[in-house]
Amino acid sequence: MSTTAPSLRAGGLSWRVRPRAVAVVLGGLVLLGLLMALGMRLGELPMSLAEVVSGAFDAGSAGHFVVMELRLPRALTGALVGAALALSGAIIQSIARNPLASPEILGVTTGASVAVVAGVVATGSVVGGATGLLATLGVPLLALLGGLAGAAVVYALAWRRGLDGYRLVLVGIGVAAVLTNVKFWLLTVGDVNDTARAMVWISGSLNGRGWEHVVPAALALAALVPATLLGARSLDALRFGDDTVTALGVRTGAARALLILAAVLLAAVATAAAGPIAFVALAAPQIALRLVRSGRPPLLSSAVVGGVLTTGADLIARTAFSPVELPVGIVTAVLGAPYLIHLIWRARK
Amino acid sequence: MSATAAAPRLLAARRRRLGVLAALLAAVAVALVLSVTVGSKPVPLADAWHALTAPTGAENDVVIRSLRLPRTALGVLAGLALGVAGALMQGHTRNPLADPGLLGVTQGAAFAMVASILVLGVSTLPGYIWFGLAGALLASVAVFALGMAGGRGGPTPVTLALAGTAVSAFLYALTSTLVLLDEQAMDVFRFWQAGSVSGRGADVVWQVLPFVAAGLVLAMVNAPGLNALSLGEDVARGLGQNLALTRAVGVAAVTLLSGAAVAACGSLAFVGLIVPHLARPLSGTDHRWLLPYSGLIGVALLLLADVVGRVVAPPGELEVGVVLALLGAPFFVVMVRRGKPVRL
Repeated sequence: MSTTAPSLRAGGLSWRVRPRAVAVVLGGLVLLGLLMALGMRLGELPMSLAEVVSGAFDAGSAGHFVVMELRLPRALTGALVGAALALSGAIIQSIARNPLASPEILGVTTGASVAVVAGVVATGSVVGGATGLLATLGVPLLALLGGLAGAAVVYALAWRRGLDGYRLVLVGIGVAAVLTNVKFWLLTVGDVNDTARAMVWISGSLNGRGWEHVVPAALALAALVPATLLGARSLDALRFGDDTVTALGVRTGAARALLILAAVLLAAVATAAAGPIAFVALAAPQIALRLVRSGRPPLLSSAVVGGVLTTGADLIARTAFSPVELPVGIVTAVLGAPYLIHLIWRARK
Repeated sequence: MSATAAAPRLLAARRRRLGVLAALLAAVAVALVLSVTVGSKPVPLADAWHALTAPTGAENDVVIRSLRLPRTALGVLAGLALGVAGALMQGHTRNPLADPGLLGVTQGAAFAMVASILVLGVSTLPGYIWFGLAGALLASVAVFALGMAGGRGGPTPVTLALAGTAVSAFLYALTSTLVLLDEQAMDVFRFWQAGSVSGRGADVVWQVLPFVAAGLVLAMVNAPGLNALSLGEDVARGLGQNLALTRAVGVAAVTLLSGAAVAACGSLAFVGLIVPHLARPLSGTDHRWLLPYSGLIGVALLLLADVVGRVVAPPGELEVGVVLALLGAPFFVVMVRRGKPVRL
């Protein structure tokens, strides 16, 4: 850790700028651009880069629909969702001071899963007959509502004269366990076909994602990334015990509550768009932390790593076993786990 | 503080601990009685005793000896194994989010079982068990090797936790891929995932018993070393601990215990996750007491959850894993809210 890092000042605020963090963010963005360009070209209809460009800008061209309605929104959804999950994970891991913490312990992803599986089973062939409200809500809205409800339960139960990070983790374990097992039970209730359909969503999938998924995710990130970066200064302080933090002049309660709210919203929006893509929220912050060599998960670097991980995973999910598609959430672990293991390995040397 | 002043307090502490131990044993005894007598066919206590001591082949004797007894025995083994393994795992990783499956044991077992269904067409439970155990063992060896890589003195808590998570996620991804490709495997997997102690015969109990017994012995051997490790690695070294050996014994114990439990009953990792948090306020941070307390609480919880699962949704049953979470988790949350949690 260098003690003479240059700082960025704006009015009364200042951030330390770490050269390694800048390198990771810029390098990650370049990699993300390359992956997205490659994703535009690959698929059932292979295209050259020239065809992709003309498809994007010329509404009359043959590739216009494929690029603008299928591949581009899907790639953007993947990148945005990955970034949102990773940022959410970075916040939670910093607050809980625990590398195993993820949006799951905030009840968000598990709440969303239960809502969606319940919807699939209720409208499925065995139980069936659930029409009306359930059927018309649609999966994204079900996921969003379920996620927010799960988080509200965790928050309410963990609150006792303030919010203690450790108690939040423990309560989160309990609530996540209830929700996960409700999900398991629901998967055994329905027909095995319903189970398979639900499993695809539970694993996280970017299949058939369009502009209607890009816009909410983009808006959420546009609002929440600046907010969390502003809050990052108190995150640094929150790593210490509460007494120290108060002595440092950070209003712990308010800062922590707002950061947790941001983490919940990021995870909820991401899950609504693409399902609970596993492992990104946990692994991306830990990968970024090791690349930047910082004491806690770096927020912006985590977001970029998350975007790269999800985009790369979706590229493989879409093309590896074509025409069969794998859920992207499966591939994120296949890509991310070995890389994280490699970084752990290297750090031990 | 002089020794004479300390002696009565030590005695009082020991009395309190033995009192807690007695209370937990009583809870386990109650759970045992319920597990043998309650179900879709209630059996009076006298008949149950009769079936255990002098069976004549009457209907109740058959129900008890061929169904309830193996089921209860498996519940005892799984509860003990998962409770103790969870406490060990949380101690070694110093992480309240650690569960017995963290070493990759659960996902290793799941992957090996699903693969054996697909590739070899194995379709009987005893067949799954050996594959499950083998998968659990391989996964945890891989995690330990990764944690050891390049370092001296065994894996640190954070590397152990992260390497385990990464390996688990990788294996889960492979398993998910397989079950998405094959409906028969999916059908087995979804019920395995929910976790259950029913429908397994006495043969399964005898299969996993040696593994659980060996694991429990290793766990108790590991307790003093783990106490030293909890003081920090440097202090432990100063106390003359062999760090790598202490970690290795702990990992071996967790592998045997949770590998056996998971292979026999499916995914019940949740028991091992919450039980140590319930035991810690009773035992304090001394693993010599925390491990047995966790084991006994695990048994009581698992048996009671299984009994509730039998009667709550007639004519069918709810999987014990599901009931455990629905009953155990709210209880756990109440406990966490009430007290000041004992930090790791």
